Amino acid sequence: MTAPLIEGLYREGDAIADTAAPDGPIAEKWTKHKFDNKLVNPANRRKLDVIIVGTGLAGASAGATLGEAGYNVKSFCYQDSPRRAHSIAAQGGINAAKNYKGDGDSIYRLFYDTVKGGDYRSREDNTYRLAEVSADIIDQCVAQGVPFAREYGGLLDNRSFGGVQVSRTFYARGQTGQQLLIGAYQALERQIAAGAVKMYSRHEMLELIVVDGKARGIIARDMVSGEIQTHLADAVVLASGGYGNVYFLSTNAMGCNVTASWRAHRKGAYFANPCYTQIHPTCIPVSGDHQSKLTLMSESLRNDGRIWVPKRREDCEKDPRQIPDEDRDYYLERLYPSFGNLVPRDIASRQAKNMCDEGRGVGPKVGDFRRGVYLDFKDAIGRLGEDAVRAKYGNLFDMYKQITGEDPYQVPMRIYPAVHYTMGGLWVDYDLQATIPGLFVAGEANFSDHGANRLGASALMQGLADGYFVLPNTIRNYLADGPFEAIDAKHPAVIEAQDSVENRIQTLLGINGDRSVDSFHKELGHIMWEYCGMERTDEGLRKAIDLIRSLRDEFWRNVRVLGAADTLNQSLEKAGRVADFLELGELMCIDALHRRESCGGHFRAESQTEDGEALRHDDEFLYVGAWEWGGEDGNPVLHKEALEYEFIELKQRSYK
Amino acid sequence: MKLTLKIWRQSGPEDKGGVVTYPIEGVSEDMSFLEMLDVLNEGLIAEGEEPVAFDSDCREGICGMCGVMINGEAHGPERTTTCQLHMRSFRDGDEIVIEPWRADAFPVIKDLCVDRSAFDRIIQAGGYISANTGSAPDAHATPVPKENADRAFMAAECIGCGACVAACPNASGMLFMGSKITHLGEFPQGQPERDARVVSMTAQHDHEGFGGCTNLGECSRACPKGIPLNVISQMNGDLLRAQRHRS
Repeated sequence: MTAPLIEGLYREGDAIADTAAPDGPIAEKWTKHKFDNKLVNPANRRKLDVIIVGTGLAGASAGATLGEAGYNVKSFCYQDSPRRAHSIAAQGGINAAKNYKGDGDSIYRLFYDTVKGGDYRSREDNTYRLAEVSADIIDQCVAQGVPFAREYGGLLDNRSFGGVQVSRTFYARGQTGQQLLIGAYQALERQIAAGAVKMYSRHEMLELIVVDGKARGIIARDMVSGEIQTHLADAVVLASGGYGNVYFLSTNAMGCNVTASWRAHRKGAYFANPCYTQIHPTCIPVSGDHQSKLTLMSESLRNDGRIWVPKRREDCEKDPRQIPDEDRDYYLERLYPSFGNLVPRDIASRQAKNMCDEGRGVGPKVGDFRRGVYLDFKDAIGRLGEDAVRAKYGNLFDMYKQITGEDPYQVPMRIYPAVHYTMGGLWVDYDLQATIPGLFVAGEANFSDHGANRLGASALMQGLADGYFVLPNTIRNYLADGPFEAIDAKHPAVIEAQDSVENRIQTLLGINGDRSVDSFHKELGHIMWEYCGMERTDEGLRKAIDLIRSLRDEFWRNVRVLGAADTLNQSLEKAGRVADFLELGELMCIDALHRRESCGGHFRAESQTEDGEALRHDDEFLYVGAWEWGGEDGNPVLHKEALEYEFIELKQRSYK
Repeated sequence: MKLTLKIWRQSGPEDKGGVVTYPIEGVSEDMSFLEMLDVLNEGLIAEGEEPVAFDSDCREGICGMCGVMINGEAHGPERTTTCQLHMRSFRDGDEIVIEPWRADAFPVIKDLCVDRSAFDRIIQAGGYISANTGSAPDAHATPVPKENADRAFMAAECIGCGACVAACPNASGMLFMGSKITHLGEFPQGQPERDARVVSMTAQHDHEGFGGCTNLGECSRACPKGIPLNVISQMNGDLLRAQRHRS
């Protein structure tokens, strides 16, 4: 019997009862689990094939580690080299509970901070494990030659980050992601040279092959020749990143996409908490319709910069230097006297939006609106001197000047929030296994560790934790039952997957309508940003769902994709990705609509305190919302995984 | 502003290719160079002409995926990546010639896209420190003098874009290779493989068809990260050292 349709949009299915986490004291779970998980003897590893999609921190580190262990690994990335994956753009740093500063840090404190920062919507077991392996990551990276910042004594330096009260962030100037990724990339290249990993650059996964309920391979397109290839394996790992590009404008790279995850979702993998997106407060504002991406300015700027807008709307066009202090509204300092400019990302972002919605935004008008607030270093320069500010933030100031043509030593920076990270992703259990056996998901592509809001310097930590230390120890429990039955290339499931990919490509090329792929992507992004961005309402989300449905309908009637299938064709690549974003966007809105509470990055206007702060409803929504694909014309099915807080007490966050 | 673009079009590796002229209007100085090409491509699609293929990904100057010759200069007139070059560096009425990287070791795939996998193969030849996951001692077990750590970091800033090769009259990849050898050679943990690394990487470099260095310094001038020429001297020093140890 089919469950009743709720709100005309979705159905509710069975709850998720088992997350595969062991019982016992939280500090002993991972050790116990590693021991309980089955081993694969070295001779058998050679007979086992693992596919890994994506070569960012999670994918490259998993590929290197599984290659070292002796498995046959096939690694895929859409870029021209695995070194380009978007982990490379992370600036600030990586957290680890090393307590090298002796300031009271511990695994438990990192665990606690991560759960609280996630607004109590992450799973305790997974988050504790993340904190537990964090210290090993730093050791591993140093052994590889990652050039972390060091003190004069030759030991590693740390800084504080994201509002926590200890210094646990390791960094390599503003290029931490680059240095960590190059470390993992080199480890991966070493395994490629050793023959343990076969690399497929400029290849894009377009379908998951599921045989007898198990993930057994992928269909990939060689983006240079256009060849559609079948790759079979004993297990498939998706480390394909987040889906922030559903908004068109984000800090993600141009090619970041949801296709690998979405194809798996359509084959049965649940998608968890899709509405949890992180909007980062300090990005360079949009300058016009031509804009292709947004650039982040490190959060560290908020340590010394003061954020303000004019008190009066009529001052918004004035040169900011001509506006005296008494006419400025340092609104974060006014609203949150104890945290001031250092409130968490979600709060800083929403208040910037509120100021601009009041008509007090600054900078050039884009459309009818000024979307920007000032981040002013005048006081810091006065207090510390220009040289000291340059030493701390020089590279960021230079980048700002390069992009805007304005000198932040002279005029205040203009910043505005932008989509940065997605906490939601494919649902995984404690083993990082999705609801399809044999499908594992690592890094930003899974949902597991950050709840409804991610703390700064935690994305790099999670990517490397998953790839170096967690996945290699969990996938073996699954692979120990392999090698699985050999699959014939003529197996109906393989043929079906190939045919669906070929047909889709031919359909996209055959529509020959009037509108470019980008024009659809921009329109989708506009809908998502307007109605499923920093503030969401019941009415807005319903409107967005209708708009997305009609846009999707138009896309399949009216998109124009030129060129051929059997050559490098960037429009065709984009078209496939946008088609998937058009489906994901709707699910994000349904998830956001069903979650009638505010938590972390998900702010529902109907659920706020008298002071306008986010208000959770733990009695109703203390669960992970995992969505099952409802079929082409069906409705998604919600499966709830109850969150149990055994070790940490639930509290309402306050930063007043 | 109004510009005249002269862009290399080549339908595939086998095609001879040639320059096609495209006038473009309404370019704002706030656009990045690649956003200007996005606008051109939207116009081409509207007219039914296949858009110009070019590589880019992060568009914030760090992934190294973008890179074209602009009026004969790798990444154009500023010392930055193509994605971070903005149109305010040009004047109304300018003619801009846009070509792919030119080097035997970087064959053209299509239009402005080239194949830089030779760089990956140079790294495979030894551009790493062998340290299997889980085998590492505590990170503080081996202090590294700040001077060495800073130099390693400077060299490690290389983004592998290939501008050094494109700018070099010999199409040499030695700035790229020298930066990796310098990065790893500054660390105590890079010492055990130091000799083998330089011998193997330089052999691979030559095998890929990159030219030799004649100390002109065009590579370093074109490098968006400002990697200095002396990483090549350090590499040469390491190579001599390795040969001495061998004989």
